[in-house]
Parts: sequence; structure tokens; C-alpha cells
Amino acid sequence: MNKQNIVVLIGGIFFGFGLAYSGMAKQEIVLSFLQLKDLGLIFVMGGAAFVTFFAVNVVPRYLKAPLLGGKFKPRRAPLSRNVIIGAVIFGVGWGISGQCPGSAVASLGTGNLPILVGLVTMFIGAYIRGLLDS
Amino acid sequence: MFPLGIEPYLIGGLLIGVGVSLIYIATGLHATQSSFFTTTLSWFSKRKHFQKESNIQERKWRLFLAIGLIIGALIHTLTLSPTGFWITSVQIWRLALGGLLVGFGTRLSQGCTSGHGISGLASLSTTSLCAVIVFMGIAIVTANIVQILGVSP
Repeated sequence: MNKQNIVVLIGGIFFGFGLAYSGMAKQEIVLSFLQLKDLGLIFVMGGAAFVTFFAVNVVPRYLKAPLLGGKFKPRRAPLSRNVIIGAVIFGVGWGISGQCPGSAVASLGTGNLPILVGLVTMFIGAYIRGLLDS
Repeated sequence: MFPLGIEPYLIGGLLIGVGVSLIYIATGLHATQSSFFTTTLSWFSKRKHFQKESNIQERKWRLFLAIGLIIGALIHTLTLSPTGFWITSVQIWRLALGGLLVGFGTRLSQGCTSGHGISGLASLSTTSLCAVIVFMGIAIVTANIVQILGVSP
């Protein structure tokens, strides 16, 4: 395991702990947010984006390059029809099941075995996307 | 509006931000999740879509990220979790159908709640802002329709 993967693993542990702590790994809590019964989940994405904002926009002013090498590059991509159509389809799936990719993976760590079904179909969905990309 | 308070949500969100930031500051990588499906499929499918050089390069660290997510949630479950191990009561057909749409949609959109919602918004990407508004709005409408149809849990 090289240094990069060790850091990714440790960061992932914080990420997964935070997902579980916030309740986002529980589909019922996500659905109660989407049904507008409990708006707390907005603070999960908001809080995470807030902290990451400093890492992406402020830290590179004082640090030339990432500590283990590589390059700082904000995550930006051009807007396209696929971005929006994909977001619509993702939104329907999220609203039906209360699962998104990160929370579904983390949910395995809470012992939530039925989520394996959702994860398998996520792989199938990603595979179909690949089949349609010619 | 906040029956459980905002504390668990805010602290959970800040912890997620710490993890994503740690990875970015150390490596320059964006710890986003939905690409994991595509890069992992590169081990199994010879199709060009999956065999892109970037997928091959990223597939290992993305696997470590996924393992980290599981370990982190497991640590929470064994320590601070009020409920301990837990199983969803959301019906299997909802997980299956929802997962299929989530997998396809996030890959077409090239981002999910973490890619567009955390890294994209933190990068002040207008593309990600548009995606977040769309998937959140559609998910709210969908979840309410499902509820009105009497599907529960």
C-alpha cells in the first residue's frame, strides 16, 4: 500500500464515520429529508462542502502542491445535456430509495446487508451507462 | 423542521469535509464516490468506456476510499451509534430500482451527492450547482410522490 492509498483510506474512514454519524447511511433518514419532514440533512452536504471549500480554494494559496505530490485542481466540468439528464435520473433513484453512492457503500459498515441489493444494481446501472457510450 | 436537532447533521457533515479535505491536501485527489462503480468495472469489462486510462489509474485508490467508508461507518456503529448494527426496512424493490437509476444517472451526470454536492460546490462549479439543484429537486418530488402513493416503508 503506497502513501497515497493510506491517506485515501484514512480520509475515507473520516468520510464514512461522518456519513454514519449524520444518519445519511440510513435510508429512512434520507427519505424523511426528501419528504421535507426533517431538513437537517442539508447541513451534511453544506458542512462538508464548507470545509472542503477551504481545502480547495484557500490551502493552495499557501501550499504549492499536494503534500504527496501531484497537482491542485478544482473539480470543474463543462455543463452538458448529459449532466442534467443524469441528475434527473439520479434524483428519481435517490427519491425512490434514499440511497446515493457514498451513503450506500458506508451503509454496509452499519450492518445493513439489504443495501447490497442497491449496490449491485448501482454497478449494473453504471455498466449500462458504459454500454450506451459509443 | 429539525426533529432530531441539527447537531448530528452538522458534525457529520464537518467530519466528511475533514476526510475529503485531508485527501485533497495530501494528494490533490477529489474523494468522490460514483466514479468508483466505473473504475471498478474496468477490472471486469474490456469495453473502451471502462478501459480509459484514467479509470485504470484511479481504480485502486477508489477501492481504498470505498473500504475506508465501510470501516469508518463500522467504527461509528461499534462506538457512538445509539442503535448499533441496523438494517433498513425500506423495501428491497425500492433499493433495487433506486440503485439502478442512481448508478446509471450518476455516471451519466458524472457526479453524485459527493462529486457534485461536496467537491463540485466546494470548487464553485456552476455545472455542479445546476446538477445539485436538479437532483435534489427531482428527489424531493419523487420521494413525495412515492409517499402519496402509499408506499411505506
